[in-house]
Amino acid sequence: MPDEAKSPTSAGEHAAPAAPAKPAGPVPTPWESPLVSDLHKRYGSGISEASTYLGQNYFVVDSSIVADVLSVLKDEKNFNYCVDITAVHYPQREKQFDVLWILYSYDTNERIRVKTMIADGQSIPSSINIWPTANWLEREVYDMFGIHFDGHPDMKRILLPEGWKGHPLRKDYGIIQQDNEWVQINLGIESGQ
Amino acid sequence: MTDTTKYLSHLELGEPDKTFLDSNELIINMGPQHPATHGVLRVILKLDGEKVLGTECVIGYLHRGVEKIAENRTYTMFNPYVDRMDYVAAVSNGLGYCEAVEKLLNIEAPPRANYIRVILTELNRMASHMLWLGTHALDIGAITPLFYTFRDREEILKIFEKYCGARLTTHAFRIGGCLYETYDGFENDVKKFVKFVTPKIDEYEQLLTTNRIWVERTKGIGVISAADCRALGVTGPVLRASGVKWDLRKAKPYAAYSEFDFDIPTAQNGDTYDRYLVRMQEMRQSLRIIDQAVNRIPEGPIMAKVPKVIKPAVGEIYHSIEAPKGELGYFIVSDGSTQPYRVRVRPPSFVNLQALDLMVRGALVSDVIAVIGTLDIVLGEVDR
Repeated sequence: MPDEAKSPTSAGEHAAPAAPAKPAGPVPTPWESPLVSDLHKRYGSGISEASTYLGQNYFVVDSSIVADVLSVLKDEKNFNYCVDITAVHYPQREKQFDVLWILYSYDTNERIRVKTMIADGQSIPSSINIWPTANWLEREVYDMFGIHFDGHPDMKRILLPEGWKGHPLRKDYGIIQQDNEWVQINLGIESGQ
Repeated sequence: MTDTTKYLSHLELGEPDKTFLDSNELIINMGPQHPATHGVLRVILKLDGEKVLGTECVIGYLHRGVEKIAENRTYTMFNPYVDRMDYVAAVSNGLGYCEAVEKLLNIEAPPRANYIRVILTELNRMASHMLWLGTHALDIGAITPLFYTFRDREEILKIFEKYCGARLTTHAFRIGGCLYETYDGFENDVKKFVKFVTPKIDEYEQLLTTNRIWVERTKGIGVISAADCRALGVTGPVLRASGVKWDLRKAKPYAAYSEFDFDIPTAQNGDTYDRYLVRMQEMRQSLRIIDQAVNRIPEGPIMAKVPKVIKPAVGEIYHSIEAPKGELGYFIVSDGSTQPYRVRVRPPSFVNLQALDLMVRGALVSDVIAVIGTLDIVLGEVDR
């Protein structure tokens, strides 16, 4: 045992192998298809990006034309299944929110993502008239991010109770904020953690 | 443009039918604490006598903020949390999450791991369908099937327990493959189970398929058309019972599903009875897959080369699988750090539950119970 303890140098050499060079991550490549060129032709710079990342296609659309693009996708391009609507919050950006539609076509077995960026407080048109499933999905986005969908007939919280303060999936909403608030009011202590 | 009024809650909008007594509308609560709501679901019913004029679902009682938790955990640490969403099909949840992160890392699980994943996921699909059958029949008033299905589901849970030590929230898979090699006798256990359970499914069918009370309670109840299913984003057995032959295992194959021979059962009427038939067929198809998989599990490693610290490159991914309830999707955004920037779970139960209002409008109160059962929702997943 003591002999082993005396040779820290060799052990140290083994314990610190050179960190493997981190492989550069895959990068988005331009997505070219009749669908994209058609949309480009129609909306020009309104479609600011059309890319493929890890085999998945998405494009970024200006928020002013997003309702148009979505209904074209549904009515003309047969994206008849709205899989999901969600958002991502980037507080450092000027346009703080990404809003995403994940669409699927039963006819062509194709799945795409449509992304738009909006500022805090800016609302976007509801797609409930295009896909009725947007009803609850948009309510959840509102509940979690505070993004308003214009034209939604029932824009209220869905998962959280009506009196809830704030929108939890925003990045400035701390994970133990609610807990601390509760113990401060009800138990008179600083933190419950 | 779609006419949306059809799909919106008619709690405030509906006009009561004038009966000769011109009875008053009644608004009552079903749940949240009600044994037939399969968790804490509150349904506000607007009734005219026994007839349902409109409903509104109040959900969120089980909301735990899973998506927020994910942003505060590393990719590996978040893995067990997904089991707590659809807790009767935890293996499926785990598979979806692990595969999504693998895609984001641009790695693939080795073939042996994929086979183990398929076997366990299909076993879990059977367990989920068995639990559905037992409780659904119990809701409608047939008590016996519950004992049959729970007895046989136990055999599946025993295999899970022997494989990974847990029965329900299994955490069976890891990012990159499986942590555990199959135990000695795993193949035998699975083969024995397949042999044991095949006649049992016939037994369940004997109890129900031609049972007059069952048929009366389910035929023509909770009808939903294929067009409505598509409009409302409904997936899984509910969609297939309305005549749409669509299953993600075939449409966008994942794990090792492309290597097996199986059918997608469908039905045409879109009622509660057809959904029952579809799920019974699905159990048989699951057995087919398990039988093929267990007989040719390839040799080799069960874990891909995964970095010790998982730090996917900046980017986003959406990956979905066919969970027992429908399309279960994970949308993950990476900012290049060890913690996901955003995890979005696309839960099948949440989206399917939207169809409840449309399916029960005009039906009787007792049919609401049947329809909640036939939608096969798990509130842990609806609320997350």
